Amino acid sequence: MPDSSTRLREITIADLPALARGCAVLGTGGGGEVESGTLIALSALAQHGPVRLVTLDELPDDGLVLPLGGIGAPTVGHEMIHGIHEVYLMREAMEEALGATAVAVMSSEIGGGNGVVPVALAAQLGLPLVDGDEMGRAFPEVQMVSTNIAGLPIEIIGLVDVIGNVTILRPTDWEWAETISRMVSVAGGSYALMADNVISAKRMRGAIIEGTVSQAIRIGRVTEGAADPLAALVGELGAAKLITGKVVEVERRTGGGFVRGSVVIDGLGEDANRIVRLEIQNENLVAFEDGVVLASVPDLITVVDMHTAGAIATELVRYGQRVSVLAWACDPLWRTPKGLEVVGPRAFGYDLDFVPVEEAARAFI
Amino acid sequence: MPSSNQSNDLRIGIDVGGTNTDAVVLNAQDHVVAWTKQPTTDDVTGGMRAALAAVLEGIDDPSRVGRVMLGTTAATNAIVERRRLGKVAVIRIGAPATTAVPPLTAWPDDLREAISAGELLARGGYLIDGRRIAPTDIDEIRRFLESVAGKADAVAVTGVFSPVVHDEERKVGELVREVLGDSVALSLSHEIGQIGLLERENSTVLNAALHGVARDVTGALSQVLSERGMQPATFFAQNDGTLMAMEYASRYPVLTIGSGPANSIRGAAVLSGVEDAIVADVGGTTTDFGVLIKGLPRESTAPVRIGGVATNFRMPDVISIGLGGGTLVSEDGERVGPQSVGHRLGASALIFGGSVPTLSDAGVHAGRASFGSSPIGVDYAERLARGLAVADAMFGDAVDVMSLGKAERPLVVVGGGAFLVPDSVPGASAVIRPDHADVANAVGAAIALASGRWDAIVPDGLGRRDAIERACDMAKQRAVQAGADPNAVEIVELVEIPLSYLSEPAIRVNVKAAGPLSWI
Repeated sequence: MPDSSTRLREITIADLPALARGCAVLGTGGGGEVESGTLIALSALAQHGPVRLVTLDELPDDGLVLPLGGIGAPTVGHEMIHGIHEVYLMREAMEEALGATAVAVMSSEIGGGNGVVPVALAAQLGLPLVDGDEMGRAFPEVQMVSTNIAGLPIEIIGLVDVIGNVTILRPTDWEWAETISRMVSVAGGSYALMADNVISAKRMRGAIIEGTVSQAIRIGRVTEGAADPLAALVGELGAAKLITGKVVEVERRTGGGFVRGSVVIDGLGEDANRIVRLEIQNENLVAFEDGVVLASVPDLITVVDMHTAGAIATELVRYGQRVSVLAWACDPLWRTPKGLEVVGPRAFGYDLDFVPVEEAARAFI
Repeated sequence: MPSSNQSNDLRIGIDVGGTNTDAVVLNAQDHVVAWTKQPTTDDVTGGMRAALAAVLEGIDDPSRVGRVMLGTTAATNAIVERRRLGKVAVIRIGAPATTAVPPLTAWPDDLREAISAGELLARGGYLIDGRRIAPTDIDEIRRFLESVAGKADAVAVTGVFSPVVHDEERKVGELVREVLGDSVALSLSHEIGQIGLLERENSTVLNAALHGVARDVTGALSQVLSERGMQPATFFAQNDGTLMAMEYASRYPVLTIGSGPANSIRGAAVLSGVEDAIVADVGGTTTDFGVLIKGLPRESTAPVRIGGVATNFRMPDVISIGLGGGTLVSEDGERVGPQSVGHRLGASALIFGGSVPTLSDAGVHAGRASFGSSPIGVDYAERLARGLAVADAMFGDAVDVMSLGKAERPLVVVGGGAFLVPDSVPGASAVIRPDHADVANAVGAAIALASGRWDAIVPDGLGRRDAIERACDMAKQRAVQAGADPNAVEIVELVEIPLSYLSEPAIRVNVKAAGPLSWI
């Protein structure tokens, strides 16, 4: 983590494009689109001014942190947009249920649109935003959060839909949290604001992935005006460049509520005569070459345009695009036995042992 | 009224561009019988009158002209230049949802100022499954309408999830008529666009602002035709390369916004006689590539910005690369473009006695064309040959990207720099160079297909078949409204997209119907 003297201290309108680009990179192909989230943040900052960025250490021990994000169907998000009332109802409900005061907003998922919207929510509430999140990337389900891996029980979940219905859940475990939250969100139009596990700043410490908001902004900034945006991005991420080439095959199918599929990339230039296949379930999950894994979830795999280094979401990948596939290490938390149990390859149905990208793709770093 | 006798065998295509107004006369076999290029005038009418007069000289009997088709960039130019736009009262129905992004957020200030007569975000709207967000707040909408009376030329109404349920927008449309009468134009979002609230809302507001422009252009065409005593059926070219009847165009002027590239793709195809092809329009600075599938331009899936505003118009899928006749060749010949000498080719290029090596020099040097006035120094030989090889590879790459891996389609090349394209391009089965390529836009307007599209979310499972059939009927009905023959209209495209994370499995269907124009 950068030391506090050089750390980014606030987010202004000028930071939003970089934040959005960075969140798209950390979205590993999923996490929802960032465009409408950017407009939401733009409107909120224009009205309420910049948002202060803080670490958990700067917050009072017993103050509540609100980890916020949207839950629902990506397709609905193309038409539905949050109402400004949702976050006020959320704060009120949580403070009343827990008998404590909210002191900060946090993104529960930095990857994709959920990394951008909390900037707006913090601005609305006049609270600071925690420089961190619970994933360090994008994941599809409620239990796939760092607070779960860190061993915190799930105590309370808040859901507020666009109509204004407020639901407070006291689930017995993280799996029930996912099941019931999903059903509640569907009842309210498959689009709701969610606070997962609202707890005190003190208990949150050590259970989140720190620095990811400023990381996203740095990622977005590094490609701005760079002579070689791809090299700049690879350097910033410390990523392995698995392959640079042409998309020659895109296959999509649905099952179990997810869009699954695969993408085949045929190498160009230095990578001529190499072929890499990506397996996808909303996010990019595994990269294979000749049946051998080069990288797999929970390490991050993102497809970027080989010229602009802009991230390409899985639903926008198509034949003929010239792309680079980048992979880099996830937060160490995800590589613990508990982390791999929840988000390792087997959690997504791949019968593979996890191999860290720095070993599996050693040749491409 | 024209009758359906044998003598109505000719049609005229007119393309009103920012610089030139082109016109062509095509016969029943799609052959160019007459053509002209005239300067566009400020009032549009003058250029149209001159172009019509010029092409009519090329035929014996004006009454043989059964149809006139107009392609125009007037709507696009009006938005880009912020000129002649109507004032629009903007209504969104969906609060308390969607309040985090009010209408016209992120619009350029000057465009917002030029268009908005006031904005309202009223309670109402639907969820994805058709349930209500809130009851429609009719009183609030009525008060807003009363407040814009006399100020608004048009009203744009956008309801959340109106592509799924249309009733509320229609009801509000009736209220607009009740409060403001028939003199204001009305745009309802479910008639304009698909799922995607902000883009559909933007498109609907732009459509509302363009009614005056549409009236001017249709008025100009009617005037020049009646001056000649002609009463042909009249049509407008739209974004997808098909036509819409004049009355339809005056309600949906925004649908003409992408007709420029669509017409040149269509025109290139008509002139070359192929239905499935990749089209390259090679200019001085850039080359635009498009794809023709079963006679229609392939549509882009990426969002389109117009005048700085995100929209969801159905635009032709076009990619542009920095290669043209004026493109610079680097010192070592390893890089070409994107810099270009542009319109100074005649002074700067080696073949015209200049000192800047361009792709035109490389093409002439390689014997792909012979023009120019000066010989090329032998020192340049290697550099030009290398540069041309790099350009050939770039053409090949672009063709490959557009081909989506299907190599059996021919490449049709038009434009002033067409000679640069080699006779054999990887990814294309053949290279075709049609005649009359410089009036391809006007030829593309003079086509004879009308289309309609419908977008809906339907349940997967029981009822799916019926729902898809209904969507097909709606698309066909739209095509007939646009002028297609009800007996010959057919479904040309049906895309089913399965949706994730919903309670009941659902599919989004996107249907397009097209058919030949009906004889009147």
